[in-house]
Amino acid sequence: MLREDVDSTTQRTLTRTTQLLGSLRLDGPLLAGLAAIALFGQFILYSTSGGDWESVLRGSTRLAIGALLMLVLAQVRPGFLRRLTPWLYITGLLLLIIVDAIGYVGKGAQRWLDLGFIRFQPSELMKLAVPMACAWILRERPLPPDPRTLGLLAGVILVPTALTIVQPDLGTGLLILTAGLIVVLLAGLQIRYIVMLGVGSVAAAAIGWSFLHDYQRQRVLTFLDPQTDPLGSGYHIIQSIIAIGSGGIFGKGYLQGSQGQLEFLPERTTDFVFAVVGEELGLIGALVLIGLYVFVVLRAIFLASQMRDTFARLLSGSLAATFFVYVFINAGMVSGLLPVVGVPLPLVSYGGTSMVTLLAGFGMLMSLYANRKLAA
Amino acid sequence: MSTRGRIKDFWREQRIFEQRALAASIIVSALAIVLFGRLIWLQIVKYDEYTDLAQGNRVRIEPQPAPRGIIYDRNGEILAENKPAYQLELVPEEVPNLDATLRELVKIGLIEQDDLDDVRRTIRSRRPFDSVPIRLFLNDDDMARFAVSRHDFPGVDIRTRLARSYPHGETAVHALGYVGSISASDLERIDREQYAGSSTIGKVGVEAAFEDVLRGRNGRREIMVNARGRSVDKAGGLEAMRDTIPGDPGSDLLLTLDFEVQRVAEDLVRDQRAAIVALDPNNGDVLALVSRPGFDPNMFARGLTRAEFRALNENPDRPLFNRALRGTYPPGSTIKPVVALAGLTYGITEPLAPHYCVGYFSLPGSSHRFRDWKPKGHGPTDLRSAIAQSCDTYFYDMSTRLGVRRLHDFLAEFGLGEPTGIDVGGEKAGILPSPEWKKQAFRKRSDQVWFPGETVIFSIGQGYMTSTPIQLAHMTAILATRGQNFQPRLVRALRDPETQKVTELAPKPLPKPNAGKLEDWDRVVDGMLAVMQGGTATSSAIGAPYTIAGKTGTAQVFTVAQNQRYNEAAISERLRDHAWFVAFAPAEAPKIAIAVIVENGRSGSGTAAPIARKIMDAYLLRKFPAVRDDKVASPSPSGDFSEE
Repeated sequence: MLREDVDSTTQRTLTRTTQLLGSLRLDGPLLAGLAAIALFGQFILYSTSGGDWESVLRGSTRLAIGALLMLVLAQVRPGFLRRLTPWLYITGLLLLIIVDAIGYVGKGAQRWLDLGFIRFQPSELMKLAVPMACAWILRERPLPPDPRTLGLLAGVILVPTALTIVQPDLGTGLLILTAGLIVVLLAGLQIRYIVMLGVGSVAAAAIGWSFLHDYQRQRVLTFLDPQTDPLGSGYHIIQSIIAIGSGGIFGKGYLQGSQGQLEFLPERTTDFVFAVVGEELGLIGALVLIGLYVFVVLRAIFLASQMRDTFARLLSGSLAATFFVYVFINAGMVSGLLPVVGVPLPLVSYGGTSMVTLLAGFGMLMSLYANRKLAA
Repeated sequence: MSTRGRIKDFWREQRIFEQRALAASIIVSALAIVLFGRLIWLQIVKYDEYTDLAQGNRVRIEPQPAPRGIIYDRNGEILAENKPAYQLELVPEEVPNLDATLRELVKIGLIEQDDLDDVRRTIRSRRPFDSVPIRLFLNDDDMARFAVSRHDFPGVDIRTRLARSYPHGETAVHALGYVGSISASDLERIDREQYAGSSTIGKVGVEAAFEDVLRGRNGRREIMVNARGRSVDKAGGLEAMRDTIPGDPGSDLLLTLDFEVQRVAEDLVRDQRAAIVALDPNNGDVLALVSRPGFDPNMFARGLTRAEFRALNENPDRPLFNRALRGTYPPGSTIKPVVALAGLTYGITEPLAPHYCVGYFSLPGSSHRFRDWKPKGHGPTDLRSAIAQSCDTYFYDMSTRLGVRRLHDFLAEFGLGEPTGIDVGGEKAGILPSPEWKKQAFRKRSDQVWFPGETVIFSIGQGYMTSTPIQLAHMTAILATRGQNFQPRLVRALRDPETQKVTELAPKPLPKPNAGKLEDWDRVVDGMLAVMQGGTATSSAIGAPYTIAGKTGTAQVFTVAQNQRYNEAAISERLRDHAWFVAFAPAEAPKIAIAVIVENGRSGSGTAAPIARKIMDAYLLRKFPAVRDDKVASPSPSGDFSEE
């Protein structure tokens, strides 16, 4: 009897939770995965900030804003998102041009607009607006896209990409490019085009290389393999690899990472936070974190595949895949597999607007999933 | 909104998307596996390598200098120790305004205006978080002045360190030596690792010879540092381990010196250019080692100014010069007992047969007169009175029969012409001439020939022969013990400062001279006893409750031409003869053998012998005359050397 009681209590709680999430249009497993990553991030932030509760508080505030935005966007009707898309894209593009112009006039790197109460990065907006615009363009065209459509998409993707790279913000630019490209790939871009794209990139790189001066080539090589420059750009990456490697299987213990705590590791709260995970929590901690990311990404891709509407699933699939690209580029960079580009570790790196953008994207994804039966 | 007649096929598009989504999932999983692989490579395969690198990053090793061994005399009197010294130190990054701070320090007199540039240079050469000494050896007055305005000087503080200190100043400085700043040439020969954290090194004397023993072994402290190299106690959950690997303090040295005797001896020749060595003939222990003038070793320990060094170095009395070990003087008549023993050993002199001394000696077929010190001669002289009266012609005559070869070899057996091997460095060999030596010493063919006349004056310790005071003390010790021969030594034992375990160093016996029968030795000693009883040094033995065997000597600085007389008054003080005296006592069971030289002291009996007597009284009777209480007696700075 008692046992049945307990079981029924558990069951009831579960049912209620499911009902609540359903009424809030949230996907339970995806939310759980995101929450786990975000909490992991706050846990590590306490360590990387040197036990500074204030930093944790600021991080949590930003997390809360993102979560709120996610919740709000999850309630929005897909039709609204679709109608919003062109305006969002055009606004983003204009803002990007304004930021570049200010940067050009001011002769300095410029990435944000100071709106007084908040510093806003239009390029961050474009991370969402570009895949939205691609999905929007493809939503009523027969797939796979024909060459004319591809040409249009190329313009829609490459213009904001270029505008971001010249800011200069290579990392965000590449992420914008990736987000758009993934939409096209998910839309069924034929294998021959994919091959052509690959061959074309290689050829372009080779031609570009031949036009470079020696010192420019040297810079490119150093960029690709920073460890050849141990006192310059290589310093960060060498310290980062030492941090991860010295963590071993079980790590040096929470708050015990000498590389991070003694500041040998640069940018340890932001771009290089993954090295702190590897150092203090070891291989096990790093695997848990990457496992959570993989779970979130696969769950999001699964949700996208359940959607009936082209706009919805292309956008959702792109958001999911882009999320993983963030993870891979960041972890690959920190562990010395990839060159150093300024890409944060999603939901874990401190600061920037990326946490808000990412959670907003997942909010849209949840809305699109909640309304998957509707033709958007 | 169809294009070119194609219309959307929802089912086909659904299928395409599902395929692409599957492909994406596979790619995501594959890339995740690549990341896992990378992590496994770094964290398992290369774990040890990166752990070492991380450890190397965080740990800095700071040397902890070991305290230097303390030096004691044979009765436990401290001769060299370590004392806390106070110095002003500054941490550049904690000083808000460096220039203003330095100006203020000059204003309150803690830094000299002249030193300001040096101080700035030193500060610049260090890391901003290192504490830089900017003024050494603060006295109480300096400390008080700083204390009242300490709050005006953030980043500046007084620190303590151990510095070498010689409580008795000049006394025994030429035996002890001193420590001084490590020089560029020192750096070339030392193991820098061992001197990390210390700035001084033993320069001469015992301090240099026993440097390795005194220094000990540096300890190390591991401290945690951050990326900027600064030491941190705590970072996140990391606590500095502060692992201290203790070093070994240097061994204490127990010397053979008898400080009370040393002090008496120094005092007796305080204002002279002189050297004294007193040995225990039974084991070679150096009881006193004096070279005057001396200097205060504390000056070197705390760092000498250029002017101070120039004053010492350019002083014509050469206070830095160790006369006892490095001063080479003609031994004069002090070697006569050994020459007499040679004659007895080779059977070329009949001890009781009188030689008639007329005041001069000429080689057969030569008119050149080798003069006796007594122009009228000593009349009939046997071996005993030849030693007692220091009759020169007796030995001139004997030398012709002995020959230079046997004379040289015999004297060599008493350690002459070779360093004695005392356990501190820098000793000179002196010259024990021979025809071979002459061939090497002179370039011109005609100068290389050994003349018979040179053998004649060799027999009374004149001519080419030179010896150091330690050599003559050693020679006297061998005579005292009738052939027992020990290498002179200043250090008799080491003591571990922690366990107080004493490691005795055994006296080092040297080969006995291959010389005559015991009765021959006794005859010579008898002659030396006669020196003190009716002989040349009689007045110095008056009232002595023990028997003294001695020998006076004078070393010519100035050669008197033929047919001229040595006119003391006419010769400038610097050209007067050096006064020698060697002796041992008690004669029947010797406990002390001594050699005294007073430069330009004129007469061995008048100047040197009374000094030796007082030292023997001090050692044998523990009779210490009141010590002159002018500790700061420094070598006369001017060119005025009159002794009267």
